[in-house]
Parts: sequence; C-alpha cells; structure tokens
Amino acid sequence: MIEFHLEPRSGVAPYLQIVQQVKEALRLGLLDVGDQLPTVRDVVADLAINPNTVAKAYRDLERDGLVVARPGRGTFIASTLAAPSLEHHEMLRRQLKRWLEAAEQAGLDEESIRALISTTLREALVRRVA
Amino acid sequence: MSPALQTRALGKRYGRGWALRDCTLTIPAGAVVGLAGPNNAGKSTLLDLAVGLLAPTEGEISVLGRDPWRDAGALGSVGYVGQDAPLYRSFTVGEAVEFARATNVRWQPTAAHEFLARLSSDRRISTLSAGERARLALGLALGKRPSLLLLDEPFARLDPLAGREFLQMLMDGVAETDATVVIASHVTADIERVCDHIVLLTGGRVRLEGNVDRLLASHRLLTGASRPLGRISGVREIVRRRHSGRQMTLLARLDRPIVDASWSVDRIGLEDLLLAYMTPEQLPTPRAHEKGPLRWHG
Repeated sequence: MIEFHLEPRSGVAPYLQIVQQVKEALRLGLLDVGDQLPTVRDVVADLAINPNTVAKAYRDLERDGLVVARPGRGTFIASTLAAPSLEHHEMLRRQLKRWLEAAEQAGLDEESIRALISTTLREALVRRVA
Repeated sequence: MSPALQTRALGKRYGRGWALRDCTLTIPAGAVVGLAGPNNAGKSTLLDLAVGLLAPTEGEISVLGRDPWRDAGALGSVGYVGQDAPLYRSFTVGEAVEFARATNVRWQPTAAHEFLARLSSDRRISTLSAGERARLALGLALGKRPSLLLLDEPFARLDPLAGREFLQMLMDGVAETDATVVIASHVTADIERVCDHIVLLTGGRVRLEGNVDRLLASHRLLTGASRPLGRISGVREIVRRRHSGRQMTLLARLDRPIVDASWSVDRIGLEDLLLAYMTPEQLPTPRAHEKGPLRWHG
C-alpha cells in the first residue's frame, strides 16, 4: 500500500502533495486498478495531518476518476495514468542520459545542469501557457 | 452550517492599551485553524473572549451561534486547553478522568482514552512528563465531545517528539469527533503541518486570514534582476521586497499566473509566508482604498 510523506516547506498545499504522490505512483505503475489507498484515519495517525486534508485529496482524485470510494470498505484505484506514456519512458531516459553525458563533457556540474533544466522547462511551460 | 466562531469589529482594551482591535473574522465549522502571531499579538485574548473569560470592550463575538459572555450555556460544546495544560496536579490520572466524566454531560470515551488508560491511572498528575500531561489535558477536552476545541500554545513545553505525538492524538480526535479546532501558537512551524485555515494576528489586529490552500496558491516568490518596479502582469500586491546585489526577490500576491519569463517563480511554504507577513519592517504601505487591516477573504 502506498505510504504518503509530507514536505511542509515546499509551498505545495498538503492535499495537493497527496494527490501528486498518488498520480506519480500511477504514472510509474506503482499503483494499479483495484489497489486500496490507506484509510483517512490511517494517514492521519501516520503523518499527524488534518483529516480534512486527506479527505480533500481523496475527493479530488475521485472527481478526476482515478479512485472510487466504496462506503465502509475504503478508497480504491479506479484507473491508471501509466498506459500511454510508460512505454516511451525507456527511450526518453536513454536520450536524457546521452544529453547529461554531453553536458558533463561540456564542463557543467550538477548544479548548473539542474539550473539549465529547470529554466528550460520553465520557459517551455510558459510558452505552452501563453 | 453556521460558523464555529465569528467576530465583528471585536476589541478588548486593558487600561489604555488595546490587546485586540477591529477583529473581524469567520472560522468555518470543521476547520483546523492556526491562530498565529508573535507574543502579545492578541491570540490568548481572542481565545479568552471566545470562552467567555473576558467581556469584549467593543464589537461582537459569537461561538457556535451564541454569545459566550452572556450565554454560558454555549460553552457546553466548547473544549479549552489553556497554556501549560492546567490540571489539578495533586489528582491522580484516574481522578482527573473521573472528574471530567462527572462534570460533563456529553462525556464519551474517545480513542484518546486508549492513551489515558495506558497511563497508569493511580499516577499523580505532578509526576507526568510535559508530553503526558499535555495529552491528558487534550484527552479530557476531547472526551467532552466538543464542537469547538481551543488550544492555547499547546506546544510551548513539548520537545519535538512529544509535539508530534500530541498532534497525532489531536488529529485523530478531529477525525473522530469532527470538532473545529483553533490552535494558538507563536511558533508557526508547529501548526503549518495541520492547519487548513490561518488567522495571523500582529499588534492586536488581524494581519492575514484565510484558507491555507488558497493562500499558498495565491502567493509566489519572484526572483530576478534588480530593476525599477512597474506593474507586473498577474501581481495584485507586493507583500515584501528584498534586494541583494543585482538580484531582487519579491513576495507577491497574485491574481493570475505569472507568464513573464524574466522572473523565476517559486512557491512559498506557509511558515515563510506567515513570517513575511509578520515582520514589521517589511509591511507594505497600506493603500488609501484599503480600510483597516489587510485581510484575505477566501
């Protein structure tokens, strides 16, 4: 069963962190249709967070059709995000690795590589929004 | 559902000084509220007004739809744990539980009582650790099945582990009883983990109030080259600005996403956000059309 963690300093709302962790597990194929999510009480006891936060995250996931709540039994995964993209991961990972090698040969250290990736990603996302 | 706690232009004066002034806020039922602010910001005064220990000097307060000063019956559904978890220290744990049961008509055991039962019931309260005493006080307050639970600086004497255990018991109690909770704390790190609603008091006034998700969604840190500031598309208000050499960092309240690629845009955590609003020399100059304290209605 998935175990949630919380990063209070991230600026990402706690309920959104839970939503994102479920979605990430779905994208990576770590959660599959029929799997059960921990109960609200369990997450509350585990993380010492507000039950409203967990309930809101689960409601969001349900609205997106990713989970279904079965009264008295729990919350279950209803669909997956993995299917279309997962098969491309391996090829994209290989291309990214080649790019990283080229960056290293060009003399970029880890910090510079991270900075370059995040600014490029940001520009690309801004273009998509604009 | 009617609000758990509502105030309108509420003020409390001691002698010449105002401990709380022009306080207007609405705490929705079911919220877990962080009542934040530095020492002497008015947090305890607000809680004391809410439990009818103090009479307002001006304005109105209503708790679960009733006036706590004139209508003591309102307090049957309000749990209150004051600073330092006050308990009769010569009582044993068992006697304290018995006393709470005998004096509260709504008394019902909760999951917190599993903990109370584990504390040997013939131990004197004076022999408990700070963490045990805090959780005993919380357990007794939860046993009352409160609709509204008010906690004044519950973490002040607790080490980090005891603080986490206290939060776990509190949140489990919330899941079990659906109580609205107000936690007053001057250490914002203690409350940022759990609260979904914030009231920030500074100098006796409401500085910021609102739903945490909405507050986090509407604030961003903008970092970029120092420049004269004109209008930045998407920015509603600059809360704080900082210069360091050729770079400047703005804490901005947004009404739309920033699409200007010359700013690097980052999220800000709740603790940093509250500290930014709390620090006096960084307060923005109030604009003429804004009356009274800045508030976020979310």
